[in-house]
Amino acid sequence: MSVRLFVSRDAASLAVGADEVAQSLAAALRRRGIGFDLIRTGSRGLFWLEPLVEVETPAGRLGYGPLQPSDAEAVAVSILAGGAPHPSLLGLVDEIPYLKQQTRLVFDRSGKIDPLDLAAYRREGGYRGLAKALALDPAAVIETVTQSGLRGRGGAGFPAGIKWRTAAAAGGGQKYIVCNADEGDSGTFADRMLMEGDPFVLVEGMTIAGYAVGANKGYIYTRSEYPHAVATMNQAIARARAEGLLGPKVFDSTFAFDIEMRVGAGAYVCGEETALLDSIEGKRGQVRAKPPLPAVSGLFGKPTVINNVITLASVPWILANGAEAYRDFGYGRSRGTMPIQLAGNIRYPGLFEAAFGLTLGDLVEKIGGGTASGRPVRAVQVGGPLGAYFPPALFDTPFDYEAFAAKDGLIGHGGVVVFDDRVDMARQARFAMEFCAFESCGKCTPCRIGSTRGVEVMDRILQGENVEANLALIEELCETLRYGSLCALGGFTPYPVMSAIRHFRDDFMTPKRRFVAA
Amino acid sequence: MTNQTAWNAALAEEIIAGYKDIQGATLPVLHALQDAFGYIPDEAIALVARGLNISRADVYGILTFYHDFRRSPPGRHVLQLCRAESCQAMGGDALADHVRERLGLDWGETRADGSVTLLPVFCLGLCACSPSALLDGRPLGRLSQERMDALLDEVAP
Repeated sequence: MSVRLFVSRDAASLAVGADEVAQSLAAALRRRGIGFDLIRTGSRGLFWLEPLVEVETPAGRLGYGPLQPSDAEAVAVSILAGGAPHPSLLGLVDEIPYLKQQTRLVFDRSGKIDPLDLAAYRREGGYRGLAKALALDPAAVIETVTQSGLRGRGGAGFPAGIKWRTAAAAGGGQKYIVCNADEGDSGTFADRMLMEGDPFVLVEGMTIAGYAVGANKGYIYTRSEYPHAVATMNQAIARARAEGLLGPKVFDSTFAFDIEMRVGAGAYVCGEETALLDSIEGKRGQVRAKPPLPAVSGLFGKPTVINNVITLASVPWILANGAEAYRDFGYGRSRGTMPIQLAGNIRYPGLFEAAFGLTLGDLVEKIGGGTASGRPVRAVQVGGPLGAYFPPALFDTPFDYEAFAAKDGLIGHGGVVVFDDRVDMARQARFAMEFCAFESCGKCTPCRIGSTRGVEVMDRILQGENVEANLALIEELCETLRYGSLCALGGFTPYPVMSAIRHFRDDFMTPKRRFVAA
Repeated sequence: MTNQTAWNAALAEEIIAGYKDIQGATLPVLHALQDAFGYIPDEAIALVARGLNISRADVYGILTFYHDFRRSPPGRHVLQLCRAESCQAMGGDALADHVRERLGLDWGETRADGSVTLLPVFCLGLCACSPSALLDGRPLGRLSQERMDALLDEVAP
């Protein structure tokens, strides 16, 4: 008998010991003289079950998790007995409710296949989107993306089709596709998971974008904090090139397109699109004033489409299945699906791709299972370090760009970070200012100086010094940051600060805290 | 363990020359130098400027803008501990306090014996297994104080 095993090599799986588990299990099978194939995949995104081992059976894949190396002997016995009872046996992976309830359009393949197996990618529907696109006129590709209602998944939610149309209309000559993979928000890991778990879908999405707007060169700009994603993407690009899916004749057509990886150097602000462009150009990652829009004058002064990883990775599905099919998912003006990332103090942390419209409460309590600590949920930060803190009283807010904006928040890149009742929201407000000061590019005064003054004022509040007067000062400072900053770093830092003050004012009034200087 | 060669101007020039035809090569060049030598000494600034035909002021400005680039050699091991919100929600602040006390280091510092450098990092994308860290590039998740102590016993006995 021979067994097919699947173990994730996603960085988060490795972080909790996937390599060690895979090695122990392989050794246990070898000792029994059992032949096996061990396929290293991306992650399914069910991280509380990692390290997760999947075993192919006629009925589907059986899962075991979370495992430790010491479980290997017993798991091997269970596998050889065709899935005999074992405390970590999860049944069929596709039937795990967390996964079954999802609508996986973008993350359909992640966790199922070897991310660098191009044949597997194509077998699972890959490159159908590009084939369809190349049979269409570029303008028709843009129209399809526009009709799908796809909006930028990086946070701003700008309609992708309009961005593409602007770049397409910007005359002939050199143009660029830039993929913003500078995923710096705490609580987010969808871009990383996709690049590590299904890199070809990003290559395909960028290629379609290049064809649509007339660009022959693409850059993926990602973070130095993502070494595994960088390695996987580089290998995927090389393989696509070797197979003629990138290069001078994509798919044997007359269309030429190639992609280059660029790695940042630990500057959060480079996730802002114009700072990112400056960084690729080899400069300090400072924000540019807009206009001109990047679609008109972007990278090296040329028309540039800059989209987030998930935006570009949604495009192959849209082309393959049609704009209507994509638009059928969603809520209000937020169409399609969003990979929501559940993180922080949550029982079932992971990636949950679903149509827009689930309420925050359902995400945190029903899907996420409440806190990992078992204590009551006190605050949920949605949308990264520039996102607002929501109290449980706002849990009826649907996950949708406009609904969150109406509650003075944002969904950003889809990160949801849960805190239990031990959190001190005044300290979280201080951290938001500290983070802004640490990461400010320094170009505009409100952000550069305001953030440092914000930390100082928060320190006075934390020490119980003229709290009312200092809170009024913080609110005024937030107003200045909000309306006077050049980009979202300074402009949105007031979201976490003001939401903490608005919803958790007691934390600022009572000097219950141990003051900890940073 | 990080393994880099000692600073060597000839090798540096060779590395820089490899990026001459790349548009916007400054970051790739600085990364390549740091990968090779572990840091970017002041001597490298003029070499990069000459190799890429930009001013020394530009190179200095870029070098000092990005948190990743180091201007002095790191320790034999580099521990990057996440300080961002998801890790905070799982006790990351207490873990960070413990590590700093145990190593006797503040953020960005290297132990006098050259064993380890402690760096803050704001999110590793390992938020579904917080608190997290990178030790010499190896991802670590669900870190408890005990597990961290065991790791520190190895790198900074």
